[in-house]
Amino acid sequence: MTTTPNDSPPVPTTASIPVTSGLFELEADGTGRLLGGFCASCGRYHFPAGDDCPYCCASGCVRRALSQRGRLCLFTAVVNRPPGYTGEVPFGFGVVELPEGLQLIARITEANLDRLELGMPVRLTFVPVHVDDQGREVMTYAFAPERG
Amino acid sequence: MATGVEIAGVGIHPFGRFGDTSVVELGVKAVRAALDDAGVGRGGFQAAFCGTVYSGVAAGHKVLTALGMTGIPIVNVEAGCASGGAALALGVDAIRSGRCDCVLVFGMEKMPKGIIRSSFFEPWREAAGLAVTPAYFALRAQRLMRDSGVTLEHLAYVSVKNHQNGVDNPNAMFRKPFTLAAVLASPVVCAPLTLYMLCSPNEGAAAVVLRRAAGERPQRVRVRAAALRSHLPGSVLGEHTPMCGLPDETLPAPTELAARAAYEEAGIGPDDLDVVELQDTDSARELISCEELGLCARGGAGEMIDQRRTDRGGPLPVNSSGGLLSKGEPLGASALGQIVELTWQLRGQAGPRQVPNAKVALGHTVGRGANASVVILSR
Repeated sequence: MTTTPNDSPPVPTTASIPVTSGLFELEADGTGRLLGGFCASCGRYHFPAGDDCPYCCASGCVRRALSQRGRLCLFTAVVNRPPGYTGEVPFGFGVVELPEGLQLIARITEANLDRLELGMPVRLTFVPVHVDDQGREVMTYAFAPERG
Repeated sequence: MATGVEIAGVGIHPFGRFGDTSVVELGVKAVRAALDDAGVGRGGFQAAFCGTVYSGVAAGHKVLTALGMTGIPIVNVEAGCASGGAALALGVDAIRSGRCDCVLVFGMEKMPKGIIRSSFFEPWREAAGLAVTPAYFALRAQRLMRDSGVTLEHLAYVSVKNHQNGVDNPNAMFRKPFTLAAVLASPVVCAPLTLYMLCSPNEGAAAVVLRRAAGERPQRVRVRAAALRSHLPGSVLGEHTPMCGLPDETLPAPTELAARAAYEEAGIGPDDLDVVELQDTDSARELISCEELGLCARGGAGEMIDQRRTDRGGPLPVNSSGGLLSKGEPLGASALGQIVELTWQLRGQAGPRQVPNAKVALGHTVGRGANASVVILSR
């Protein structure tokens, strides 16, 4: 890649975009909800949402916003940048269980494992992963520990 | 009574790193060695199955093209870490069906260093930082520690044991022993797993010639079962590494499904086994595999290590070859590398790694898909 003195890194604008469409809905104030699929046939949720139920094969699943609060089941920290990822390290990584009975693999905002505990309450948030070539912040979902 | 299948010959290209040597050249070496061992030449087998994940289009065909052995059906098989086990299961079925008398099964891989980029993950998962294979291993390790009383020292000991075994294996990539302290002090990759608790993807090939069992032959090794299973819907931390799932404590893992099928097919149970080669992608995976295969009780992995039951000199040696931790893991070749090693064990040809008087052996792989294979051999 060549650079000229006039080149500068992309500057984040106020615009932000989700890492892919259909995972979550972001509000203007930065809050948002994950979108799960709900199967009326077996009563279970899945994520990301799809038309077909990955548990019972029924079709016609509907999209439903998922709870923003959950419980941290398992966790670790990612210290080396994984393939295809250009954002910051380290970051937390874990399994979160939502009241809907669904367990999600998700980023955790806290990478210091001494500050995480099995079973602790966590809350949905959104974090930037990188700035795209149009200067937009690319956002993904994560869970942050909640302090009692 | 099902048609008996026996192992006519085995061959291996060592697991390691081999510069510019192509994956096809690795495969040719292993295939030639297995055919020589079996005394089978051109025209001697009626089908070939090649396990590989990263070798590209028609990789198995290229190996047999190089040897002038084409014309027969050649099937390339991808089933993640269980690719070789899947190829073996197809080969066994081809003989049992009566369609073939002799079948060639081989597997090969040439993989780059470090965390492997896998097309298994969609681009957005990579961009979001969620395509972190060792992090999934780490979560499973933490769950094992939570549920089975397994400690960091237990995890480290698995690495010490397998690396010690690997010292005696000329086909292994790492032949250096490590102390418990060295394993614990190696860099943390994803807590609780340290670098020496994780296997390395690498390069290698292995091949097995199967034939219909007929008459009595000295040192005959029979395939008693070759089972392949995938995951049940819902499990969040299966090797298929999905984004979500249900609390899965009650769902049998793919390894349990494959093991049940294999034990039933063979009429052999875990208590009958003399030597086991199983998936040890990381130290915790070895212990989870032991529990899922019924080699110890659920929650009993830590105690099993404390009693040194799976040491080479113990009552049930596990990964006496050094396992993937010392051999490295060339995906398509790893399951068949186990079969080569176990065949040598049952023939009494395993040299310094020999488990005395081994009569019944089990090979196990599990990985992305999810896929699990369990193979039971006996003499």
